[in-house]
Amino acid sequence: MSQINRIDGGLIDREKVLNFTFNGQILKGYEGDTLASALLANNKHLIGRSFKYHRPRGIVTAGSEEPNAIMEIGNGAYKEPNTRATVTQLYNGLEANSQNHRGPLSFDFMAITDFLSPLLGAGFYYKTFMWPKAFWEKFYEPAIRKSAGLGTLSTETDPDTYDKGFRHCDILIIGAGASGLSAALSAAESGAKIILADEDFLMGGRLNSETNEIDGLAGSEWAKKTVAKLSAMENVTLMSDTTVFGAYDHGIYGAIENRASEAREDNDKPRQVNWRIYTKRTILCAGATERLIAFGNNDRPGIMLASAVRAYLNRFSVVPGQRISVYTNNDDGWKTAKDLNAKGFRVVAVIDSRSISPVMRVPGAEICMGTDVIDTKGRRALKSIQLSNGKTIETDTLAVSGGWNPNLHFTCHHRGIPKWNEEIASFVPDSAPPVGMSVAGRAKGTMVLADAIIEGHNQGSSVALELGYKASESKPATTSVVAYNISAHWGVPSGKNRAWVDFQNDVTVKDIKLANQEGFKSVEHVKRYTTLGMATDQGKTANVLAIGIMAESMGQTMEDTGTTIFRPPYVPVAIGAFAGRRRGMEFYPTRYTPSHDWSAEQNAVFVEVGMWYRSQWFPLPGETHWRQSVDREVRQTRSSVGICDVTTLGKIDIKGEDVSEFLNKVYANAFAKVPVGKTRYGLMLREDGIAMDDGTTARLSENHFVMTTTTANAVSVYRHLQFCHQCLWPDLDVHMISVTEQYAQYAVAGPNSRKLLEKIVDPECDISNEAFPYMAAGEITVCGGVPARLFRISFSGELAYEIAVPTRYGDSLMRVLMEAGEEFSVIPYGTEALGVMRIEKGHAAGPELNGQTSAYDLGMGGMISGKKDFIGYTLGLREELQRDDRMQMVGFKPVNPNDLLLAGSHLLGLRDKATTENDQGWISSCIYSPILGHYIGIGFIKSGHSRKGENVRAVDLVRGNDVEVEICSPHFFDPEGERLRV
Amino acid sequence: MIIDHPLLGPRDSEEFVYLGSTDLIDRPTNWESSAAAEDFHQYQYIRENIAGDIQELWYHEQGDQSWLVVTRNTLTHEISNVELAEDFSRAKGRGK
Amino acid sequence: MSKTRYSAFRVLKEALTGHKGWEPTWRDAEPKTDGYDVIIVGGGGHGLATAYYLAKNHGITNVAVLERGWIGSGNVGRNTTIIRSNYLLPGNEPFYELSMQLWENLEQDLNYNAMVSQRGIMNLIHSDAQRDAFIRRGNAMLFADAGCEYLEAKEVKERYPFLDMDNARFPIKAALAQPRGGTVRHDAVAWGYARGASDLGVDIIQNCEVTGFNIENGKCLGVQTTKGDIKANRVGVCVAGSSGRVMAKAGIKLPIESHVLQAFVTEGLKPVMDNVITFGAGHFYCSQSDKGGLVFGGDIDSYNSYAQRGNLPVVEDVCSGGMAIMPMIGRARLLRMWGGIMDMSMDGSPFIDSTEVKELFFNGGWCYGGFKATPASGYCYAHLLATDTSHEVANAYRLDRFRRGAMIDEKGVGPQPNLH
Repeated sequence: MSQINRIDGGLIDREKVLNFTFNGQILKGYEGDTLASALLANNKHLIGRSFKYHRPRGIVTAGSEEPNAIMEIGNGAYKEPNTRATVTQLYNGLEANSQNHRGPLSFDFMAITDFLSPLLGAGFYYKTFMWPKAFWEKFYEPAIRKSAGLGTLSTETDPDTYDKGFRHCDILIIGAGASGLSAALSAAESGAKIILADEDFLMGGRLNSETNEIDGLAGSEWAKKTVAKLSAMENVTLMSDTTVFGAYDHGIYGAIENRASEAREDNDKPRQVNWRIYTKRTILCAGATERLIAFGNNDRPGIMLASAVRAYLNRFSVVPGQRISVYTNNDDGWKTAKDLNAKGFRVVAVIDSRSISPVMRVPGAEICMGTDVIDTKGRRALKSIQLSNGKTIETDTLAVSGGWNPNLHFTCHHRGIPKWNEEIASFVPDSAPPVGMSVAGRAKGTMVLADAIIEGHNQGSSVALELGYKASESKPATTSVVAYNISAHWGVPSGKNRAWVDFQNDVTVKDIKLANQEGFKSVEHVKRYTTLGMATDQGKTANVLAIGIMAESMGQTMEDTGTTIFRPPYVPVAIGAFAGRRRGMEFYPTRYTPSHDWSAEQNAVFVEVGMWYRSQWFPLPGETHWRQSVDREVRQTRSSVGICDVTTLGKIDIKGEDVSEFLNKVYANAFAKVPVGKTRYGLMLREDGIAMDDGTTARLSENHFVMTTTTANAVSVYRHLQFCHQCLWPDLDVHMISVTEQYAQYAVAGPNSRKLLEKIVDPECDISNEAFPYMAAGEITVCGGVPARLFRISFSGELAYEIAVPTRYGDSLMRVLMEAGEEFSVIPYGTEALGVMRIEKGHAAGPELNGQTSAYDLGMGGMISGKKDFIGYTLGLREELQRDDRMQMVGFKPVNPNDLLLAGSHLLGLRDKATTENDQGWISSCIYSPILGHYIGIGFIKSGHSRKGENVRAVDLVRGNDVEVEICSPHFFDPEGERLRV
Repeated sequence: MIIDHPLLGPRDSEEFVYLGSTDLIDRPTNWESSAAAEDFHQYQYIRENIAGDIQELWYHEQGDQSWLVVTRNTLTHEISNVELAEDFSRAKGRGK
Repeated sequence: MSKTRYSAFRVLKEALTGHKGWEPTWRDAEPKTDGYDVIIVGGGGHGLATAYYLAKNHGITNVAVLERGWIGSGNVGRNTTIIRSNYLLPGNEPFYELSMQLWENLEQDLNYNAMVSQRGIMNLIHSDAQRDAFIRRGNAMLFADAGCEYLEAKEVKERYPFLDMDNARFPIKAALAQPRGGTVRHDAVAWGYARGASDLGVDIIQNCEVTGFNIENGKCLGVQTTKGDIKANRVGVCVAGSSGRVMAKAGIKLPIESHVLQAFVTEGLKPVMDNVITFGAGHFYCSQSDKGGLVFGGDIDSYNSYAQRGNLPVVEDVCSGGMAIMPMIGRARLLRMWGGIMDMSMDGSPFIDSTEVKELFFNGGWCYGGFKATPASGYCYAHLLATDTSHEVANAYRLDRFRRGAMIDEKGVGPQPNLH
């Protein structure tokens, strides 16, 4: 029969029947169920296996603290491993499969580890598997890895979408239980802007699982009514199914909203949203989590938290067993017996470790005070329990309460340390939570519901008042006062039986004691040695229990034993949610140059450079290898004219009366006297004397300059200049703005470049060699009045110009230039040809300006001015930077012109062995020169400047290349620069 | 973190680029002196690295390109003051 | 060694007798009244390794390791466990290669299984310029006998089909791997060295915070601690992220800033990747622990901090890097994240050196790469403390290198600690 454990009542919608499968079996549940409640309704108790000993396990909790009921949900690329059944809202078609077993769930072959458990205690692996040495990677580790791990990742691309959002509020209230709702209501009534977030898909917290009456209504009804009231208020944002996972600096909280049901309908909608919530104040009302007691074989399916039994009974209308007993050390556990009776179920026994009189009458139940459970029987389901008084009781469900731990995690996210409260036998928040956070209700250790409601109400009101809102006039809701008494109880002496503390990771009392015995006495040492609290449940039910056991075993207080550090996330968070939409092509922004569309029309091959997509080369029909295209582009440029989009170079407009002085401070070479209408090459150093960037700066008018930087450093140079101005010389009259994206800029290079440009430059602008010589700069107009800037500068070594127009004209200008150049057989060239020509000319670029080379190393020592203070001057003079035997930049050419030369090769003496000691340098850039007909390279070699003519070897052991090269000048082509000036 | 920009109000620190201690404002001016080598070495490389309140430089790169001086506690991350680096620098006697 | 050796036989024997025979892994000591030959300040991996090698290599056993909290509570207990010797510069590569060789023999040497797993580390290459730079590095590695392997895109795809090769913002062009790189069970390194040092007579003193140095006439005579003054002929500080704070007590300022680095681990998963993958262009690296968690990290948070916790922008940035290169991990859940304090130096390289105070030595500036250096750092620091001379592979790690201009700047980003 379906759902044999289902009873009447509860907060489920019986009209909506949902089909789901567990390990292939088709089952039914209702809207409002969790996967766990539906499994229990169908009498599924064995739902998984533990991590290490593969022990049969059942559902223990009804919340996010669940250690056992973790499974794989969905299949294929949608499969989600390690998912807690206790917080997974049931939906139609849900597929759940148990994980971490070999063979069927009921006959896991790996359960052999349980019989070997005496060998596999805490830290056993540190003491063995060391012989023979090579066996670790080959044998032991693969075996361990295969048996470890829990669920399986699909290894396919996550097909879901995730999103990111930002919200701002006056007060964030975490947790929508009794105190959270009370706080939200009083704060909202005061007018403050409120966000109320709760991890459950149904707000109300424990009120939905208990039978308290509030303001004369059932607790769950009161919660529903309050939520309705809040949702009608404009200043309130309700976020259910939203788990706050971390408290960050300055009132910023991270929260994950689960929107799986929407995403299942429409894959474009996000499965989860990662919210960054900016708050002025936060009230933590996260409630408390019940803990277990460590007794012999306390991990069998059917042993549950007492509060979980009530949740299944009252909220989900499921009775988890037929013969239920209760084991407790506090008054709260008795509620389970009371609620069972109220639903008409007899309780087999109530066992209370305290030697006091029974807390209440439980008709028909055997009451055992001052008694402990010391052992249990039943491998795949609980059959009986054995008591310290010698009795054995047949029971199929044991509801255990070891007390409640306030959910104080967020109060410790900024390294707060909780303090011990003996009265409630729990750690409670200390007095220094993150700035702006206050705590109310059971999260604070206020265990009596009536008090928690008042506390929530008062906090909401007073925090709003502090923020300048008027105080709420409403009164807190009322409920009867029920006392909460507890006597701390941790491990029960259980003889040879193992008593579990951390269910998922299989850490037992013995493991903790062994760790102590072996000198691991700090709670952090115990955690690390035994893996306690490191499972997917983050030790929510285990940690305080373990601390209690340690404190007892070492004879110290709970406070001295202390907790481990609380860190985000409060519950595990999908990596996809943190990434949001930043994945695939959207991982980083993509920048396109003004000629991109035109280039794409020409079938250009693109390469990404500093987020830009630049044309790498332009293949023509019939060209099958990139070298064919690149060689052609170089030859054509050098023989006629070529055009290259150089928009990506950083462009900085600088104006003011003191620009010359400013440039003189930031450039290593003299810059004080650049005439109007001229461009000057500039080398910029870091303060430590290492080359930072190079480029040109043109003086367009007396007080107006325009600087170019390399593509890679466009942003960092601008930032540096702003630093130099704002922090070092704030009174210089200098105003800068980056105009990289405001101007499209093209290099027009080659002997016919002037002829080409003359066709588009407006007639009143004279760009003849006399009027506009090498290094000239000016503002002109083109194509009948379009404003442009023209610079006669050359990276290629040819007669060349760079022309810049406002970006909106960029695409047109490219087309105009190509059309005008047709008579010269103009070609576009890409970054490869650009690179070839710059290496032929021996210009240093990125691989040479690598942040490790000085001006001297680069052969530019002569440019350095000794007559001024500039960034990098003093530290550039340090002895090690001035040594003659530093790696200095030179050219290299293969002795045999047919030899291949590869960048990244290291340089060795002709007969030297390849060792670090013999290493003389490396080749930084290398190309085939179509003009010279062989490979050429530039690179760095010890004392290179004085070794020209010497032969060494360029050795690439990685790819197997070893060629003899001659050290030469890096200026391979037109070393006198005659072609530039014609 | 949130930096309360003196001109633009509170902004997420994600909009900023961090440089380091405001000691970097105190660039020596004695480049011609024999003490310059050591002074520049101290300036560029040696840090107080205080556990507590420090004054540091943040650059509003995704904003108005201001350099800011932020007084922040390195133990708690609390920010107690934010001002424009330009003003801070002038107050320290820097000009041209 | 004085104690019973660990072995499979011993584990079996103890299993049969209720594990009653296991002794403390190391001896918890109290300070000796007549002091020590050498005091090591800092009971992290480097400090414990230093004590071990002082005793083992140099016979100096009258040594105390002082730890403010519990041993291994700093960065050795909080890192992404990667070991590698794939460095570029001659000042670094031989040092890290020595470290790798020590890792390779560590477990037999210590009789402690730290799970040294040479599963291989792979750096992804996305552009021609990056390829050239990595080939340069690969050759430096081969020159130092560290080994490396160059993989074309096709091979990368065959081995790791889950990497995003096609729809990627940074398509993978190739990879440079170091097969000898891998991971080590980090905590076990601290415990193994502690056990080894303790067995050789070293006093390991926990919960003993150094509050000052006794310095007279420029010479260090011992330390002041929360357990009283302790005399020493020589003091070696080795406190990573706390370097600035501790050395300030001796009046010494350093070329170091403390920054927070976050790291992350997911819930346990069945094996999906068998090596360490580094996606430099996206600031992300990842491996899978023996327990099944994906262990990953990225950039530092960028601002100075002693707070041992970071903020969301970096969390999101690192996870984006992961999703960009390994889009299968979207449904893996991040289980724990933590922040450690990194002693970021001005060139990204460390210091093992004497100081301006006689008999006071300093080891630090490891940035976020100190874990892999643990054995060699201890080995070379012990050498320096015992012989007054730098070990040949650590000769470049001098505090005065910035004064001289002898930076060891692997990344070439200059004197800005948060960029290294």
